[in-house]
Amino acid sequence: METSTPVIFEERENQIHRKGESPFNIDCNRDSLAGAISQRACVFCGSRVVLYPIADALHLVHGPIGCAVYTWDIRGALSSGPELHRLSFSTDLQEKDVIFGGEKKLYKALNELIDLHGPKAAFVYSTCIVGIIGDDLEAVCRKVSAEKKIPVIPVQSEGLKGNKREGYNAACKALFRLVGTGETDNISPYSLNILGDFNLAGEIWLIRDYFKRMGVEVVANITGDGRIADIKRAHGAKLNVVQCSGSTMDLANMMEETYGIPHIRVSYFGVEDMAQALYDVANYFGDSQMIEKTKELVKDELKVLYPELKKYKKALEGKKAAIYVGGSFKAFSLVKALRHLGMKVVMVGSQTGTKEDYAELEQITDPGTIIVDDTNPLELSQFIKEKGVDLFIGGVKERPIAYKLGVGFCDHNHERKIGLEGFEGMLNFAKEVYNTVMSPVWRFVPRNTTGDVKNV
Amino acid sequence: MLLKHTTDEIKERNALSVNPAKTCQPIGAMYAALGIHGCLPHSHGSQGCYAYHRSALTRHYKEPVIAATSAFTEGASVFGGQANLLQSIDNIFTVYNPAVIAVHTTCLSETIGDDLPQIINKARTEGKIPEGKYVIHTNTPSYVGSHVTGFSNMTRAMVDYFSEYNGSKNKIVNLIPGFVEPSDMEEMKRLAAAMGIKTIMFPDTSKVLNGPMTGKYKMFPDGGVTIEELKMTGSSIGTIALGPFASGAAAKALDVKCKVRCEILDLPIGLHATDAFIDQLRCMANVNVPDSINFERGQMLDIIADMHQYFYGKRVGLVGDPDQILALAKFLVSIDMQPVYMVTGTPAGKKFEQDLREITAEVPGEVKIKVPGDMFLFHQWIKNEPVDLLIGNTYVKYIARDEDIPFIRHGFPILDRVGHSYFPTVGYRGGMRLLEKILNALLDRKDRDATDIEFELVM
Repeated sequence: METSTPVIFEERENQIHRKGESPFNIDCNRDSLAGAISQRACVFCGSRVVLYPIADALHLVHGPIGCAVYTWDIRGALSSGPELHRLSFSTDLQEKDVIFGGEKKLYKALNELIDLHGPKAAFVYSTCIVGIIGDDLEAVCRKVSAEKKIPVIPVQSEGLKGNKREGYNAACKALFRLVGTGETDNISPYSLNILGDFNLAGEIWLIRDYFKRMGVEVVANITGDGRIADIKRAHGAKLNVVQCSGSTMDLANMMEETYGIPHIRVSYFGVEDMAQALYDVANYFGDSQMIEKTKELVKDELKVLYPELKKYKKALEGKKAAIYVGGSFKAFSLVKALRHLGMKVVMVGSQTGTKEDYAELEQITDPGTIIVDDTNPLELSQFIKEKGVDLFIGGVKERPIAYKLGVGFCDHNHERKIGLEGFEGMLNFAKEVYNTVMSPVWRFVPRNTTGDVKNV
Repeated sequence: MLLKHTTDEIKERNALSVNPAKTCQPIGAMYAALGIHGCLPHSHGSQGCYAYHRSALTRHYKEPVIAATSAFTEGASVFGGQANLLQSIDNIFTVYNPAVIAVHTTCLSETIGDDLPQIINKARTEGKIPEGKYVIHTNTPSYVGSHVTGFSNMTRAMVDYFSEYNGSKNKIVNLIPGFVEPSDMEEMKRLAAAMGIKTIMFPDTSKVLNGPMTGKYKMFPDGGVTIEELKMTGSSIGTIALGPFASGAAAKALDVKCKVRCEILDLPIGLHATDAFIDQLRCMANVNVPDSINFERGQMLDIIADMHQYFYGKRVGLVGDPDQILALAKFLVSIDMQPVYMVTGTPAGKKFEQDLREITAEVPGEVKIKVPGDMFLFHQWIKNEPVDLLIGNTYVKYIARDEDIPFIRHGFPILDRVGHSYFPTVGYRGGMRLLEKILNALLDRKDRDATDIEFELVM
């Protein structure tokens, strides 16, 4: 950016906090400013990313074509079996449907698709336009459900209702309609559901394996590599383990209220948080044998991991990182994981963090760190330059900005290709960070060749 | 077997799209708007739309893509989006300071019935649009047409808002490039320049979405047609619109508004279509075709002659946008290949289908065409009788993998390869690149499948 005009909206000033410069009082969870180039998305997007990994369900988007196209297989949520979730189904609403209503079309589409694919359940996503024209999704779904004898669940994800958070809530409500409808026989007293993991790059398989080694049964994956039958009996589990709290915490709360299943918040990113997650689970069940096994597990994993990590830490010591992610919970783990690699976090922000999240971030970051809610490309590029960042961690829209500035990038979002969870994931993360930060390509960046870093 | 849920048995479907071969209007409008210098595209709808469009364009170009949004909430949807748009315009000019804001609607704002000209007028009266700055708009309801329609509408809006006749004709030819890559736009301009013709191209995303790495983030990159140039289009000697679906409307509007005569041609993909483009440039500007261009043409012809035996009789499946499919089908037929399956998601009409039928009249066997169709159906056709080559956007790769068929990426979007934004497929040189791609795909396959005995060094 070559102009010297201010790039911060006055109205956004309170959404940016510099640790140590003023008392902490960040403004967040408010609607994006009209006209700001926010990096946020909508309700539909939130619902879609949460539910989509359920592989044996039909995911039908009721709306014009775009909503289905832009969410077609964009998240590498792997399935060990059916892959119906990787197809894109849309009622492809046309002008006449908007005028006369889309219910008949929806009914027909559901019938055709259920006959063709025999899914275990169907999710019907509402979009902006459906909210406006007032199709009765509930009624259509009820009718088809009765006729086809499978759960057909409306997801009230009209985009206009807000940002992704509301979408997570709509997804949780949809999931909750399935929970409690299955048999709970033969579930171990040491059992849990994994909430808020989407099996990107096969991560949930790794986590499941840890639990298996501890002697804990996983009842349902919610939702990575998810199956309808498992979710139906999820209320038989003794514990909900919730990661990515923004997306599935509502479900955990509903299950606690209705079925009395307690939950713990965990993160599988980074060494400390991963180990803590396993210990928390073991301690919850309080079985001494399990606690022993868990200690063994962590010890075994660390024995392999630490010497490997050391190599990377040596190179990365003192490098600076900026983080901008969807939900802020992930940011906690990233701050810690980066610290583990000897790196300094100089900026951290999220699209949809809550006040508590940001307060916690404020606690764990160093003085001078910029904490930001719902930012935009101009702000981001300014922060990157101001802080002399070596690594940017973000999602699809942030990647090219970092690259244009000649800064290393790591996708910690939908587009990551290697698992970053678990102990193994920490090593992958270190490798990925090392690869990009230490890459010789940044030597080609004009500002680096002149040695004039400030003047950009 | 990624698409293991695709069944062989084809049933008539009319209530839905499965694996669509199109997307919605606003993204086309956003792409076109990015082809104006200093323009900030603005999505008048909820936040998700523009987030998706920006992500999709970013994935395709691997470039930062900027746009703003009215960020509708439930309140705006009930009371109308006027307040949001007014505030947006105010904020955008205060902070981002673009030359122009190009507003497109969404299904949401269309359905609640926001009157954009009225809102823009109000913004002007209230002094929210600074002197010398502009706000333009187009209507892009997502439930009508496709991304191609959106591109066409925004391109037409450029004419509606800016083109004016200044009293005398300039010796300039307007080029409307169609929904093509920045590299293609560059190539069209290069050809015209080689003939000594001054052109104004609009929209022009070259140097916007294929910019260099400089170590700087430029919110408004160097490329794009300027407002000044857009105004001048009304005084040009003529307009060449490439691709009737993406460019026809703007060309006709300009003819009506400023009496600039227009010729609407196929996209210059392949020998004949490029000939037609060059010839039209020659006639309109009254110039001769330089040897350098004839030389390129000869080179392209040379490749076709040298390798014609490998093209002969190859069955091809095409998925894409109407302008692309039409030009590609003609090109393939001209080199003795057989486009046997063609699908576009864009509702391009009966006439389009008829044109495709005529182009492929000599192709032996049954030619299957579905307008509008989707990739699920396309895949089913292939399951029933395979083809030798697939051409289409990245989504075709599922089919290519499942059915083990050579595949060339062409069209929008390409999410998994680079090159399209730098190397054209239009013009003679673009044609040569396309021929190279086709040959590589076919010959790599031949090499792969050959037994040790059949495996050949020289091909």
